[in-house]
Amino acid sequence: MAEAMKMRATMEGNVADVKVLIQHPMDTGTMKDSKTDKLIPAFFINQVVATLNGKTVLEAQWGVGIAKNPFLGFRVNGAKSGDKVAVNAVDNLGNKYDGEVVVA
Amino acid sequence: MNQLRRSFLKSAGAIGSFTIIASILKPATAIAAAWNKLAFTSKEPADAISNAGYGGATESGDIMIKAPDIAENGAVVPVSATSNIPGTTSMAIFVEKNPAPLIADFKFSNGTEAYISTRVKMAKTSLVRVSVKANGKNYTNSREVKVTIGGCGG
Repeated sequence: MAEAMKMRATMEGNVADVKVLIQHPMDTGTMKDSKTDKLIPAFFINQVVATLNGKTVLEAQWGVGIAKNPFLGFRVNGAKSGDKVAVNAVDNLGNKYDGEVVVA
Repeated sequence: MNQLRRSFLKSAGAIGSFTIIASILKPATAIAAAWNKLAFTSKEPADAISNAGYGGATESGDIMIKAPDIAENGAVVPVSATSNIPGTTSMAIFVEKNPAPLIADFKFSNGTEAYISTRVKMAKTSLVRVSVKANGKNYTNSREVKVTIGGCGG
């Protein structure tokens, strides 16, 4: 599911500004399907880990309150252009979403 | 007497190093910490905050929250937060009036700035609360976002 994640990392001074966009419905489990009138089961990304050159820089736990097609922005100090930023996300059903980008 | 003390220390040391090894091994086997189900399913803001480990926080203006004053669409509300408190290691976002107030919990390491930008769902007009942990203490700040169309379906 590599295309489910879009990433961009740009240097601002000596800080890498990382932006991540993941395609995911982020269903809360409380909404009803308008056609079948049945509850749409909860389906959401709940864990995200970001690394810089393989070193963990951010660990996140998410609930159902993150908006659909989640956006995440963070900044890593001391990075330089050419460094590799990777993001691994997992949803509540165990599906994995991975992305990697070189800092511009 | 001295001998007894010595053997006692020895065994205590052995137990001590054993627990250290065990605690090192634990996070290595589980790559990320287990998802905090208790906190994420808490319905009351106070419960969500304490279950996430951000209870007893001091109000602090050093936590900057950027969010719209009025959100036309509660399904997508941009929120970003910066903590200017030195030694901030983690940050959590709460939307107090949501059915599940805890939105996300972030841990910073290896030079990541105490800054997060994301988009949240808001069921209705609510306080958006950002809490942080720094040097063993908890700090918090909040800001109201008015929602004209709710986006949580709950």
